[in-house]
Amino acid sequence: MPTQLEHTEYMYLRPTKKFPNVWCAGCGIGIVMGALIRAIDRIGLDKDEVALVSGIGCTGRMPVYMDFNTIHTTHGRALAFATGLKIAKPAMKVITIMGDGDAIAIGGNHFIHAARRNIGITAIVVNNAIYGMTGGQYSPTTPIGARASTAPYGNIEPPMPICELAKAAGATYVARSTVYHAVELDRFIEQAIRNNGFSMVEAVSYCPTTYGRMNKLGTTVDMMRLLKENSISQSAAEKLSPEEREAKIVRGVFHEVQKPEYTQLYEQLIQQVQGLSPK
Amino acid sequence: MTIRLMQGNEAVSWGAIAAGCKFYAGYPITPSTEIAEMLSRELPKVGGKFIQMEDEIASLAACIGASVGGLKSMTATSGPGFSLMQEHIGYAAMTEIPVVIVDVQRLGPSTGQPTSASQGDVMQSRWGTHGDHPMIVLSPVSVSQSFELAVRAFNYSEKYRTPVILLLDEVVGHMREKIDLPEFETVERVERIATDVPPEWYKPYGDSLSDVPPMANFGEGYRYHITGLFHDMLGYPTTRLDEIDPWIERVHRKIERNLADIVLVEEDLSESDKTVVVAYGASARSARHAVKLARQRRTKVGMVTLLTIWPFAEAEISRVARIAKRIIVPEMNLGQLALEVERVAGRNKVVRVNRANGEMVTPQMILEAIENR
Repeated sequence: MPTQLEHTEYMYLRPTKKFPNVWCAGCGIGIVMGALIRAIDRIGLDKDEVALVSGIGCTGRMPVYMDFNTIHTTHGRALAFATGLKIAKPAMKVITIMGDGDAIAIGGNHFIHAARRNIGITAIVVNNAIYGMTGGQYSPTTPIGARASTAPYGNIEPPMPICELAKAAGATYVARSTVYHAVELDRFIEQAIRNNGFSMVEAVSYCPTTYGRMNKLGTTVDMMRLLKENSISQSAAEKLSPEEREAKIVRGVFHEVQKPEYTQLYEQLIQQVQGLSPK
Repeated sequence: MTIRLMQGNEAVSWGAIAAGCKFYAGYPITPSTEIAEMLSRELPKVGGKFIQMEDEIASLAACIGASVGGLKSMTATSGPGFSLMQEHIGYAAMTEIPVVIVDVQRLGPSTGQPTSASQGDVMQSRWGTHGDHPMIVLSPVSVSQSFELAVRAFNYSEKYRTPVILLLDEVVGHMREKIDLPEFETVERVERIATDVPPEWYKPYGDSLSDVPPMANFGEGYRYHITGLFHDMLGYPTTRLDEIDPWIERVHRKIERNLADIVLVEEDLSESDKTVVVAYGASARSARHAVKLARQRRTKVGMVTLLTIWPFAEAEISRVARIAKRIIVPEMNLGQLALEVERVAGRNKVVRVNRANGEMVTPQMILEAIENR
């Protein structure tokens, strides 16, 4: 049996915070938390130089358990808070953790503008396609036809493609994986944190308590199996027709470019204004 | 000292710089935009940072984030933007993070009448965000006071770990007036109380003699949690009544115990004044003129100017009410602070002089009220 200290994750959990956590048994959010910790550990970041900023919802509760500088903000606004913090502390690794409703519905405006500025923030969006904490209302990523507590006859709104949105808005690293593919998720989050600019990782998860029940998807294990069977790599997706691809969760790094990072540009601006460097 | 001619909005910006403001996030809105324009130009010169955010909600969020990172932060807006900021005024109160919010009031509700003057946000500045919370709101009468109160807004905010609202009206914000600008190095600056305990002992919301817990900035070795949920002394969410009650009592006590420091009032009174005018902001300018005219006609009348409108100057107004038979309250709204004066002095003593159409209450309107016994 491994002891607690043999798990990397334990080294980053708060000794003072009482567990258990708020999540339902079988929830995927904890897997994203583990992936985030493993990514931070692999990069070898000092705990003092990491800030976790979250919004509201099931995913928003994640930072409290981890031993970093953590701030649980308001619904949808994590990126706006993170923008101020990153500008105040440019050397700090600022990571925002949001759910799909948090990041894309109420926080959609902040999401596209943080991406547009290419500010050095890593945004992790845990997409379980539902508002879990409030009891399973449809979200901007709920698939057409799926049932939710506010879509009792099936959802008629098309879902938002989060990765395409991030890329179009100006993010310089965009990737997607699922909580079934935890090892791949570790790697994408690590690459996202290392990127000098705005990075977005969509972690596709599931909600067994609300979405799973309302859509008769079975147990947690069944939902996990769906993630495995329904998702394909980017190279495999290219061989499919657009219609076939539509039905799949495509995993991979979709976008990776180098562009000037916002806080570095602002430091240059200060140098210019103060006459310390040529215009 | 440098004698300059400038707007109230400019004076607020210089006051912010003098107070040590190093971060501004805002969204353009008339009649506050001059503040953003000026600080976008001036902040980089002092190593500070300016960002224009996507909306007012994000602006105040960014200010709070920057304050957590250790920078003195400010935003400025007007009515419609101020409505959007209520969410994070509550967040700053709940998390006890220093931040300064300037609201240059214009006529509302809604988009209202840009850019007509108003004092319509008096109650909103006190109660706009949901839940019980203390609030410090300052309202300058002149351009030089805009500078002084901007400095004080930062100092109170840092000293008491609280959001502070600087409530200008369009008249004071856009009015040009002479100001003796002091050397910024001579301006008194208050810094937030830093902690001196080792990180493992640090309680971000712990008890302290002053009721204001020391604040560690992110990245300084004190890794702790901040949340808008009710929280315990370590900052972790709680639903325990024995942790919620002490919190709500402490955050109110930290302001109530310091009213002598916070409540700023200017009195021009004598013991025999049976009529007293109580005013603030641009209405106090009309009131002072009316009082001067009345006194020229040998009418005895006193004048009280409230520079701090929240917390309300209860002790001062109750002292006035013991002598005065009539208290005249002119406001560019339909009677907001008058409700507080009535609460303290009694309804039968208070005479309201109101105008809520975008124009100032004139000295003539107040003079008529003074002489109409």
